[in-house]
Amino acid sequence: MSETTMNLTLRVWRQKNAQSAGTFVEYEAKNISVDMSFLEMLDVVNEELTARGEDPIAFDHDCREGICGMCSLTINGKAHGPLEATTTCQLHMRSFKNGDAITVEPWRAKPFPVIKDLVTDRSAFDRIIQVGGFVSVSTGGAPDGNALPIPKTDADAAMDAAQCIGCGACVAACKNASAMLFVAAKVGHLGLLPQGQTERDRRVLHMVAQMDEEGFGNCTNIGSCSAVCPKEIGQDFISRLNRDFLKASLRAK
Amino acid sequence: MTLESNVPSGPLAHKWSKYKQEQKLVNPANKRKFEVLIVGSGLAGASAAATLAELGYNVKCFCFQDSPRRAHSIAAQGGINAAKNYRNDGDSIYRLFYDTIKGGDFRAREGNVHRLAEVSVNIIDQCVAQGVPFAREYGGLLDNRSFGGAQVSRTFYARGQTGQQLLLGAYQALSRQIGLGTVKMYPRTEMLDLVLINGEAKGIVVRDLITGAISSHGGDAVVLATGGYGNVFYLSTNAQGCNVTATYRAYKKGAYFANPCYTQIHPTCIPVSGDHQSKLTLMSESLRNDGRVWVPKTAGDTRLPQDIPEGDRDYYLERKYPSYGNLAPRDIASRAAKEACDNGLGVGPGGRGVYLDFSDAIKRLGEDKIRERYGNLFEMYERITGENAYQRPMRIYPAVHYTMGGLWVDYNLMSNIPGLFVLGEANFSDHGANRLGASALMQGLADGYFVLPYTIANHFASTKQHKPSTDAAEFKEAEQEVEARIKKLLSINGKRTVNDFHRELGKLVWDKCGMARNDAGLKEALARIPALREEFWENVNVLGDAEALNPALERAGRVADFMEFAELLCLDALHRKESCGGHFREEYQTEDGEAQRNDEEFSYVAAWGYSGVGNAPVLNKEPLVYEEVHMTQRSYK
Repeated sequence: MSETTMNLTLRVWRQKNAQSAGTFVEYEAKNISVDMSFLEMLDVVNEELTARGEDPIAFDHDCREGICGMCSLTINGKAHGPLEATTTCQLHMRSFKNGDAITVEPWRAKPFPVIKDLVTDRSAFDRIIQVGGFVSVSTGGAPDGNALPIPKTDADAAMDAAQCIGCGACVAACKNASAMLFVAAKVGHLGLLPQGQTERDRRVLHMVAQMDEEGFGNCTNIGSCSAVCPKEIGQDFISRLNRDFLKASLRAK
Repeated sequence: MTLESNVPSGPLAHKWSKYKQEQKLVNPANKRKFEVLIVGSGLAGASAAATLAELGYNVKCFCFQDSPRRAHSIAAQGGINAAKNYRNDGDSIYRLFYDTIKGGDFRAREGNVHRLAEVSVNIIDQCVAQGVPFAREYGGLLDNRSFGGAQVSRTFYARGQTGQQLLLGAYQALSRQIGLGTVKMYPRTEMLDLVLINGEAKGIVVRDLITGAISSHGGDAVVLATGGYGNVFYLSTNAQGCNVTATYRAYKKGAYFANPCYTQIHPTCIPVSGDHQSKLTLMSESLRNDGRVWVPKTAGDTRLPQDIPEGDRDYYLERKYPSYGNLAPRDIASRAAKEACDNGLGVGPGGRGVYLDFSDAIKRLGEDKIRERYGNLFEMYERITGENAYQRPMRIYPAVHYTMGGLWVDYNLMSNIPGLFVLGEANFSDHGANRLGASALMQGLADGYFVLPYTIANHFASTKQHKPSTDAAEFKEAEQEVEARIKKLLSINGKRTVNDFHRELGKLVWDKCGMARNDAGLKEALARIPALREEFWENVNVLGDAEALNPALERAGRVADFMEFAELLCLDALHRKESCGGHFREEYQTEDGEAQRNDEEFSYVAAWGYSGVGNAPVLNKEPLVYEEVHMTQRSYK
């Protein structure tokens, strides 16, 4: 065994579909290169499973460069695995060592039901955006881009929140399965910009109502969400969301 | 057959205004009678879906990802060009137009490119209004950066995530319409066929990727915004799901495929580390502002880079292109890296890599300054390679990044099939033989926000036939074909996986039709591809069910299309006996190794028509007529 490859034992959640019960199944992953990403390691396992005539492990992924938000996986109990500020697709096997046993699970949260194996349904996030996560401007008729000066500090702060990739790690990490960080990121992004002011109250009220309707829990200020967030979106945005929600609720009365 | 581009007559700068003045309109009450099927939800698809719905059309939008927010436009890093001239540095619509035409090596259609430059300014305004957090200066106004192929600063950006922010802007506009009920969104749904009724595009057949159900959707028009075909090479900077299936199925139904051989290889990507590799990661072109590219002077030099003295290094870009140096354009920098590695001078595993060295810049500016400029890129590099680029040079190598070719469209962005519109990277029209940095985002949004909404009205106002019933025989036939193909893929039970076939195909296409191409290599590829395709259909192993989520089956269908498409790509490359932009034929180069165009014989768009698997496709030509621009030989010496 050279230092550039390793053998691992995987415990992977297998679940045929949403209706059936799932279970952990053990697999050996042999001769895994330290240069592989975690998903490439799963590719190797799947190639072997296919060769043996066993159903490959289903998992979501697309861009494999940490920006599309499609990949997920709770690895050894941590959403997106052991590295901070890193999606599963950017986690490389050199973060593990020969002989490790690795547990791989889907996001665990009621509003994210399992579709198959490690694939979950995150459409609840889309529905939250659909009720208010936008500025209502139709195409055409926008004023010149420089007609509205925006302080650099505000634009930068808005960008900090706007970076959210919608992966759902925040929900998976939260013991309450709260989507507060996700909602706070969008409310914060648009609320920090002048373009977002006209609909600020309406936005926060609608998005929070939808969040509740989808079955996400409430925030109890643990901070697990920010700890696993690949884009390191901070807790201060949740405080901001709470303030916005309170003000909007009072004004609505 | 000569193709009609339908570019309006008159002076170049007035063509689009003239079109808009003379086009036919659909009144608001009638718009709701039309249904538009949009496939793809990236910049082009999402912006088109949102805008058409705002106008009052009924829209259905389809994407294979679990959410429209995940389309691959999201991965674009650098920025978006617009002729705002906010810098007061001499930019104008004409200059953006000219840079784009020249950057494309005079192989793009003049009228389309001018329109693109015209609407570029509206895109920025629209995105700002949506709340896209573009970078700003302390005075509160929008900031710009410079990009390759231009002498002005016209690129707008949002950190290194411009594509993400623009896509989220379009996604939010689309979400608003979904919430209002004007767009019906179909995520995790893949288009598997185009349906023509009386020669017009009137519907699609799709597979629900969760249940496996095959169904038909009828509409008054079909819009394909399904991206490029870079994954034919297996390894590329594209997302795993990117595929040619939608456009290729349309091609098989009669749409012409234009200039498939125009593919863009990006010079600065992280090299391949082993056979396990599933994708390549781009490192922003901006690194070449401060990094120096070099290889050892002698083959087989195994010393660590820091132990190789200056005299034993070849800074080949600075040597060959003294005036542009390390900032030579993408196609030129890529070919030079390949040449060095072909000569055995490459570094790193497999010898396919060159150094991008920041030590001089660190000495000059200090490590902190370099960290401030490129810190996130250095981190990404370290995450992937485990190497610290502050201490040793990065290793980089070119990788497939973008495809300029695509379905042929006229000035209306309509293909030769009436009612079939094609937007963004999926069409061929605006980038010629080479795309400039920060122009892909511009084109996707231009097509969706500001071009299609006009041209589709013009089309609807002059068509009689309305949305067909999906009970029509054409739909049933298409559904049966799709089902039979899926059944066939699942019944082969061969010995090789889909990935295994894809990897072999990709390597062949990369070796013979990649950065440099020649007659013998292309002929070899054309001889080997049909054999590989045959083996695929006899020996592929796809497990699982048709009626369930089955990622291997999805992939198998896409790879099966690449197996046919690869032949078209090589055939186009073989037929184009010249070098231009991203298409470099070794036989056609100047004495000092630069691309040599042949304007006399090849100043046309090659639009291929399907004539059966394994049969030679029919070549249709659209002559490229330049009314205002004078064609010149590019020089970066």
